[in-house]
Amino acid sequence: MISDAKPDRQTWGLDHQFDSVDQQRESSFLGMWIFLVTEIMFFGGLFATYIVYRGQNTDGFVAGSHELDITLGAVNTAVLIGSSLTMALAVWAAQTDRRKATVWFILATILLGGVFLGVKVVEYGAKFEHHLVPGPEFHWPGPEKTESVQMFFNLYFLMTGLHALHMIIGIGILAVLAWLAWRGVFSASNHNLVEGVGLYWHFVDIVWIFLFPLLYLLGRSG
Amino acid sequence: MSERQGPRRQHYLNATWGLKSWLLTKDHKRIAILYLLGITVFFFIGGLFAVLIRLELATPAGDMVQPDTYNRLFTMHGVMMIFFFLIPSIPAVLGNFLIPLMIGAKDLAFPKLNLASWYIYMLGGSFALWAMFNGGVDTGWTFYTPFSTTFSNSYVIATALGIFILGFSSILTGLNFVVTIHRMRAPGLTWFRLPLFVWAQYATSLIQILGTPVLAVTILLVAAERLLHIGIFDPALGGDPVLFQHLFWFYSHPAVYIMVLPSMGVISELITAFARKRIFGYQFVAFASIAIAVLGFLVWGHHMFVSSQSVYAGVVFSFLSMFVAVPSAVKVFNWTATLYQGSISWDTPMLYALGFIGLFTIGGLTGVMLSTLGIDIHVHDTYFVVAHFHYIMVGGAIMGYLGGLHFWWPKITGRLYPVFWSKLSALMIFVGFNLTFFPQFLLGYMGMPRRYHAYPEEFQVLNVMSSAGATILGVGYLIPMIYFVWSMRYGERASSNPWGAVGLEWETTSPPPSHNFLEPPTVDHEAYDYVRRAQEQRVA
Ligand SMILES: [Cu+2]
Repeated sequence: MISDAKPDRQTWGLDHQFDSVDQQRESSFLGMWIFLVTEIMFFGGLFATYIVYRGQNTDGFVAGSHELDITLGAVNTAVLIGSSLTMALAVWAAQTDRRKATVWFILATILLGGVFLGVKVVEYGAKFEHHLVPGPEFHWPGPEKTESVQMFFNLYFLMTGLHALHMIIGIGILAVLAWLAWRGVFSASNHNLVEGVGLYWHFVDIVWIFLFPLLYLLGRSG
Repeated sequence: MSERQGPRRQHYLNATWGLKSWLLTKDHKRIAILYLLGITVFFFIGGLFAVLIRLELATPAGDMVQPDTYNRLFTMHGVMMIFFFLIPSIPAVLGNFLIPLMIGAKDLAFPKLNLASWYIYMLGGSFALWAMFNGGVDTGWTFYTPFSTTFSNSYVIATALGIFILGFSSILTGLNFVVTIHRMRAPGLTWFRLPLFVWAQYATSLIQILGTPVLAVTILLVAAERLLHIGIFDPALGGDPVLFQHLFWFYSHPAVYIMVLPSMGVISELITAFARKRIFGYQFVAFASIAIAVLGFLVWGHHMFVSSQSVYAGVVFSFLSMFVAVPSAVKVFNWTATLYQGSISWDTPMLYALGFIGLFTIGGLTGVMLSTLGIDIHVHDTYFVVAHFHYIMVGGAIMGYLGGLHFWWPKITGRLYPVFWSKLSALMIFVGFNLTFFPQFLLGYMGMPRRYHAYPEEFQVLNVMSSAGATILGVGYLIPMIYFVWSMRYGERASSNPWGAVGLEWETTSPPPSHNFLEPPTVDHEAYDYVRRAQEQRVA
């Protein structure tokens, strides 16, 4: 049987369990926010671990943070904030039915994310050269206890590594999003997905905004 | 609503046929059944380990298994029962099936995510089973460091990874429920008209959402230390093993409430249905669920009274732990007050509900004893603790789960089960349970430590009692298994509301149609309005 009903603007893309587009939209946002809360708790466990061990190994952590490249860290912070801007613009473009702009802003976000990861690779490489990667090769010539400094680098690699993993997942999702946007899936009435991914991307940026001072800046002045 | 029960009536079970229609279903009711199958398998695997433990402990000498094997037995028992049975049990089966029905929705907010949660659960379970068939884990379900990270020669990472994966399933189920309860309620169904089961599930979901990620990151840290030999918790490498305990119990104490809160929700439904009364103090019971969820996050330190935690922290944790008894007692008193002058019927689900109240009260009161610093230090790591948490998790959570299953089975399958056998097994479970675990309170108080496969002769009488009780308990669990399966083919057909209960789930047919309601329901009255129902029946 062929239905002659035209796809209705009000119900197009509406899943069967919902009564209205608004209900679907509110549900998907609430779901996204709750997901971000779980991410906060996940990183919260790491931050708590960092704080406890910083208290136990303060001089080791201060010495460790002096080994990090503050310039590269600052550049990366700027890059990520820039990517949040392009992401926000992508959401705006999707909301206002600008298909090409949506695609370009998403691609720009991917590019900036890639730059961030590239800088991170450079930083990690330097740590390998200086024997600052935890494990049998780890070597610390300074007066601080080796375990204390190594603990700093354990947490440095775990925290930035898990953050980078979130970035990589985010870039993968953005790539799919760009393809969908190119195919014209999103419109002023149907852009929940772009906004949801945008929230995720901003969250990943905010995690870095906390990681940067915690790892690079704290104790520098001392 | 149509009462036609002809064989050709379409419902969610016969809407489509074939394995594929089940494995790709997005219907919350079918997903609930998938979960039911999964968790039943894990329940029996976990039960098998319990059988072996009780067999070994029937004699004082460690004569059946090696000490190392025994370590694996109690670890696998704990891991299977806690993570793969108890935590998903009521939420994933009854919650999944009932929440959309109770709030008058067509499905959960995210049906695909719901199906994905089941696959994630099965994937996590497969990891744990793989580890089990290769020799299992010997760390205890608590995975304490540095034993788990440095010294254990067992499948720690595979098992922990299974739990890590399972955690996603738990989180996504919680997320789905919270969004559904917020956004999908039928017109007129305000928060204070919700069935208390929904309130309890909401509180449980909050714990799943807030607690599980912390367990996830803890497992990652353990895996990192074990795999890469970097120091995180091992003191030899500069780590702090007590930090592991803090992180672990930050999740694992609230996890107790993931197990028991849904059960409390079930009990509120059962007590009202079989006393034919509105619940006493609805809002108190509703907020008690939230209070338990919140307070549950503030008491984890009571697991570390003897782990070099500062005495001041111990005092605070001790006080807060006692405080959890307040909302718990509010519930128990309100259920009891609901029974007062009710017209009580003694159907099988009610037997479970009354059993729950008794056993949970004993479990809860011994919990208050354990939260007292002095007593805890005396009975720490003894069978007293084992008995206490089994009273909560088995006497509480499983009684609620089985009570709920018996209450909603006619709704789920459209069939009734045999009354005699169901009452007999409920009685056996109650008696068997008490015979198994009450002697363990005495053993613990006399100083028998947990987790040993041999013990002095003078403890034998109580241990034999415990093993005998476990046999009765085991048979009590097998009987429902048999008659539930039997009932699906031979059971009498159930009407849409065999108990005469109120609640939207009873207003649709048994089993419900795929989209739950033939006409979208609206609500204009309070929950548990049995007075109104009685009037309606008189008019009819
Ligand atoms: Cu606890």
